[in-house]
Amino acid sequence: MAIRKICGIETEYGIVHRGTDDPNPITASSVLINSYLSDLNRSGGSALGVPQVGWDFEFESPGSDARGVAPIGSMPPEIETHLTNAVLTNGARYYVDHAHPELSTPECGDAFSVVTFDRSAEVILERSMLAADALLPDGQSIVVYKNNSDGKGNSYGCHENYLVDRALPFGRIVAEVTPHFITRQIFCGAGKVGSEIGFSAEEVPFQISQRADFFEEEVGLETTLKRPIINTRDEPHADPQKYRRLHVIIGDANMSEVATFLKVGTTAIVLAMIEDDWIKADFRFTSPIGALRSVSTDLSMSAALPLLSGGSITALEVQVHLLERAIDWTNHHGFDLVGTQAGPEILRRWGETLLAIEAESASLASTVDWIAKYRLIDGYRERHGLAWGDARLHALDLQYHDLRPEKSLARRVGLETICTKADIEKGTSNPPEDTRAYFRGACLAKFGSDIVSANWDSLVFDTGGDSLRRVAMMEPSRGTAAHVASVIESSQTAAELLDRLGS
Amino acid sequence: MPEREQIRRTPAERPETSVDDAPQGSETGEKLKAELDDLLDEIDEVLETNAEDFVRSFVQKGGQ
Repeated sequence: MAIRKICGIETEYGIVHRGTDDPNPITASSVLINSYLSDLNRSGGSALGVPQVGWDFEFESPGSDARGVAPIGSMPPEIETHLTNAVLTNGARYYVDHAHPELSTPECGDAFSVVTFDRSAEVILERSMLAADALLPDGQSIVVYKNNSDGKGNSYGCHENYLVDRALPFGRIVAEVTPHFITRQIFCGAGKVGSEIGFSAEEVPFQISQRADFFEEEVGLETTLKRPIINTRDEPHADPQKYRRLHVIIGDANMSEVATFLKVGTTAIVLAMIEDDWIKADFRFTSPIGALRSVSTDLSMSAALPLLSGGSITALEVQVHLLERAIDWTNHHGFDLVGTQAGPEILRRWGETLLAIEAESASLASTVDWIAKYRLIDGYRERHGLAWGDARLHALDLQYHDLRPEKSLARRVGLETICTKADIEKGTSNPPEDTRAYFRGACLAKFGSDIVSANWDSLVFDTGGDSLRRVAMMEPSRGTAAHVASVIESSQTAAELLDRLGS
Repeated sequence: MPEREQIRRTPAERPETSVDDAPQGSETGEKLKAELDDLLDEIDEVLETNAEDFVRSFVQKGGQ
C-alpha cells in the first residue's frame, strides 16, 4: 500500500577555479564550502550559526544492493570521510563528493518543498562563491555550475530520493518506474549541445537530456561508471524493515523551478501508484537504453519506442497514460501522500505540459529547461550564422547553468518561478516543518554546540555525561514541528531536551 | 496504444535529430520571436568573452 512520499534532491555541482594555473577541484570544493561555513559562523546568531558538526558515517552502507546480492564485479561507491562535510540548520548536508561540491536537501514533505530547498541550495552556493572569492588571492575566483556534464564525457549527478514501502518487490519498481524515467525527459530534460558518445554535431546537434549519454545498464549498483537507469543502492536511512529509499540517479539538474517541481511531483505520484498497483500497463521497452537515447535525441518527441509486449509507443503516450492513471488514483486516494497543496498542482501542470507538447511545444520555453535552452541557442546560432558544433554554442550551453546571478543565462530566459523569495531565503537556514529534518535542523540551531555528529537517521549529543547520547530518527515522518517544536523551544539545555524525549 | 503511432518511423538505430524537428511555435510565434531578439541583444553583454578557451578549459572530474 502506498506510503507518504517523503523526498529530496542531492546535487553535485560543476566547479571551476579561475585565475590559477593549477586548479584542483577537490581543494576548490573544500575552499568553497569552508568559506561559506566561516562566513556563517562569523555572522553569529544561533539561528544562522553553523555548528561544527561532522557527518556520522556509522550506519552508511552505500554498497548494499536492493537485489540482495551484488553481482560479481559491481563496484560499491567509495566514501571519502576525510573531506569537508557539514550539516546545516536547514537540515541539509553540504559536502565534497568526489571532486564536486554537493548539497543534499533536507527530507521534504512534497514537491513544492523540494523545489524551495533546491532553490535555497542555489542561494547557498551563490553565497559560497562570494565568500570564497573574498578569501582567495586577487584575480582568482571559484565559479559553480548547476549542470551534469562538461561536454567531454565527464558527468556528475543530480539524484532524487523517494521513500518507498519495503513490502513492494524491487522487481516491480524496476519494471514500472523505468518507463517513467525514460519518458519524463520530455519535460524535465535540461538540454545539451551535442553528444558525448561519438555522434557528430550533424547527427546530434542538440539533445533533450544532459545525462542520457552516460547510461549503459538497466539496473545496477554503480553510480560513477556504467550507470544504470535504476540504481539498486539499498541504504534506506530509515527503518529498513518498513522502508526503501529509491535512489534515482538518472535525472538532470534543472534550472527551471517548474521542471524540478514536475520531475519530483510526477515521480512521487508514479511511485505511489506502483505501490497501489495502479499503473495497469506494461511499458517495458525492448531496449531501455535504446529508448532512453531515442527520446533524448528526438526533439520532435515522436520517436516510436518498441515494447517487449509488441508494438511501440511514444514518450508522450506513456506520459499521457501515467497522467490519466494519476488522476484516477488521486480520485480514489486523495492527495495526502503527495501533498494536499502540491498534489493538485502537479496534476494541473503535468496535464498542461503534455497538452503543450502535443500542440505547440515552443510555448514551454518558460517552464521546460531544454526548450528554453534550445530556443536561446538556436536563436543565437541563426543570428550569427553558426554551425552546430561551434564553440560559442557550447559556451552558451554551459553558461545557462552558471549560478552567478549576473552571469546565469537561465535567469535571463524568462523562466516562470513558483517559489517566493521569502521562502527561498527562509529555506537557507530553516528546516522543513513536516519531516524529521525539522528535528535535525532545530536541534542544530539551538543546541549545536552539544551535538558531535549527525546523519540522516540520528543525532549524537555530548551533554557532559559519561557517554554520548544518540537520538535515533528511523521514522522520516516523525520529529516534525508538530511533534517536537514545543519541547525543543521549552527545553533550556540539550540534556533537558533528551530527558524529556526519553532518550 | 493508438494505431497511428505504430506506423511512425522505426526506432532510431542512430539518432535522427534534425533542426526541422525542433520545437516550433505558430500562433504566438511572432511575439516569441520579438522576445528572443531582445534576449539575444541583452545576453551579448554577459557572454564569456573567449568562448573557445572557456569551453576547452571547462573540464570536470566525473562524479556520480
